[in-house]
Amino acid sequence: MRTPRVRADSPAILAHGLRKAFGATRALAGVDLEVPQGSVVGMLGPNGAGKTTTVRILATLLVPDAGDAWVGGFHVHREAHAVRQLIGLTGQYASVDERLTGRENLLMIARLLGQSRAQARARADRLLETFSLAHAAGRAARSYSGGMRRRLDLAASLVGRPRILFLDEPTTGLDPRARLELWQLIRELVAEGTTVLLTTQYLEEADALADEIVVVDQGRVIASGTAEQLKAQVGARALVLVAADETEVAALQALLREISEREPQVEGRRLSVPAADAAVLRQVVRRLDEASLDVDEVTLRSASLDDVFLALTGHGAETPLP
Amino acid sequence: MSASRPGVVAGLRQTATLAWRSLLQIRHNPWELGDFSIQPILFLLLFMFVFGGAIAGSTAEYLRFILPGVIVMNMVFVTVYVGYGLNTDLTRGVFDRFRAMPIARWAPLAGRIVADLVKQAWCILLLMAVGLLLGFRVEAPWPGVLAMMLLVLTVALAMSWIMVLVGVLARDPEHVQLFGFTALFPVTFISNVFVPVDTMPDWLQGAVMLNPVSLLADASRGLLLGGPVLAPALGALAWAVLLTAVFAPLSVWALNRRLARG
Repeated sequence: MRTPRVRADSPAILAHGLRKAFGATRALAGVDLEVPQGSVVGMLGPNGAGKTTTVRILATLLVPDAGDAWVGGFHVHREAHAVRQLIGLTGQYASVDERLTGRENLLMIARLLGQSRAQARARADRLLETFSLAHAAGRAARSYSGGMRRRLDLAASLVGRPRILFLDEPTTGLDPRARLELWQLIRELVAEGTTVLLTTQYLEEADALADEIVVVDQGRVIASGTAEQLKAQVGARALVLVAADETEVAALQALLREISEREPQVEGRRLSVPAADAAVLRQVVRRLDEASLDVDEVTLRSASLDDVFLALTGHGAETPLP
Repeated sequence: MSASRPGVVAGLRQTATLAWRSLLQIRHNPWELGDFSIQPILFLLLFMFVFGGAIAGSTAEYLRFILPGVIVMNMVFVTVYVGYGLNTDLTRGVFDRFRAMPIARWAPLAGRIVADLVKQAWCILLLMAVGLLLGFRVEAPWPGVLAMMLLVLTVALAMSWIMVLVGVLARDPEHVQLFGFTALFPVTFISNVFVPVDTMPDWLQGAVMLNPVSLLADASRGLLLGGPVLAPALGALAWAVLLTAVFAPLSVWALNRRLARG
């Protein structure tokens, strides 16, 4: 049995101008994406940003209204069958059969992929072992915990040894321990050379797993780069002020805007703004003193991906981006 | 496996794997076994012993009439499971996993339908066996039993397409059951499954004798007990062709539409 190889000099995933609408709802407004072979790219965005639609197009489940995409060098629509031989898909919608046992699920998929009975049994046992599911192999998947279910999901998408793996929100709804376990499994896959496209709402998750992060909002890619590059793009640090009194929030906002030349984020009495360097702290303290404004807290901290995300998609999106 | 689409042989093998998977589900869901085994027997016993004396004068005499009827009635209800299973796969995401795999496009649906035909065949054999234990005697030549099975399965396949459509259109598996049984109850009861048609008012008789359920029940009685077969069998087959011609393309169209919606 031979499966097609990823075409040597093509990126693992390449997409140009993907557009998709469902009735009046615009899901994708022109998504471009390039994922080099062997890398992990994290698509980060809120619910409804278009992450799942993008993955479904790349996994041959949906046809875009416009634009083209290639996975492993094969066109996702015109050469869909070749693409399907290269990919694995795990997501909340591509699920296992809850009414079969863990082992039966894996056996079924192995048999569908053309493996012999003996091969299928060996592959299933191996995966059950790797994913710590051997003890529950004979139980219906319906009875599995959330973490076990996701591990089985991931195992199911690995039966055919895919070169390119799509993980659509792999840890949504999992408790922190189960999430860490799954992260570890994903890291091991990546170490074996599998290309991964991961979607997530968790900034922490993208930071922990991805070489490169693509930030999507309202059907568009609004930023991309390494976590470090993204932080540099919106300021390496964040300056946070907590006003002593609500009446002074507006004055503080004006002050921060003037110093940083960016629009501050305001949440109640809490204001934050990206800051290029630590020198800004001295400046802020001096100006607060001159204006006789009281604050409960002044903090300068390293920008988290949360800051990046807020700056890119929140009110900060009004700020022209470089 | 090559980069081109899978051939028919591969597709058939995948269909068999998927049908095996649907049947395997029964092992872990004992209530399904009840639906396919205990329920038909209960129907048979209930109708025979409760109504038999009143309708036919004796339970033994009524068994001759009701066994083919219960076989047909049960077949109609079992078609709901095609829709139920398909809808479960669609709503739970199992169908999408299959679609992202390098298998024949038609295999998931075909696997579901084949599995349900196996369940149908099981129900018919089970009811025949219990009927024989209760004293039913095949009065026509024995090949008639095989012909009856094939005829019932053919109509079952045709009626399954209606339930495929219901399975595609319904929001969740519970709605498939609700809608399926609600629609099938009148179709089953306004028929000659339980009582001979000549006991009904004239205005009802026409509708009853047009009902594919009646035609199939009559043909089955003919094949098991002797009596006219050709006319009701042709009528039932005409219905099977009509239902397939209408509902198979409609179901496939609706399925593709649902899948394209994302």
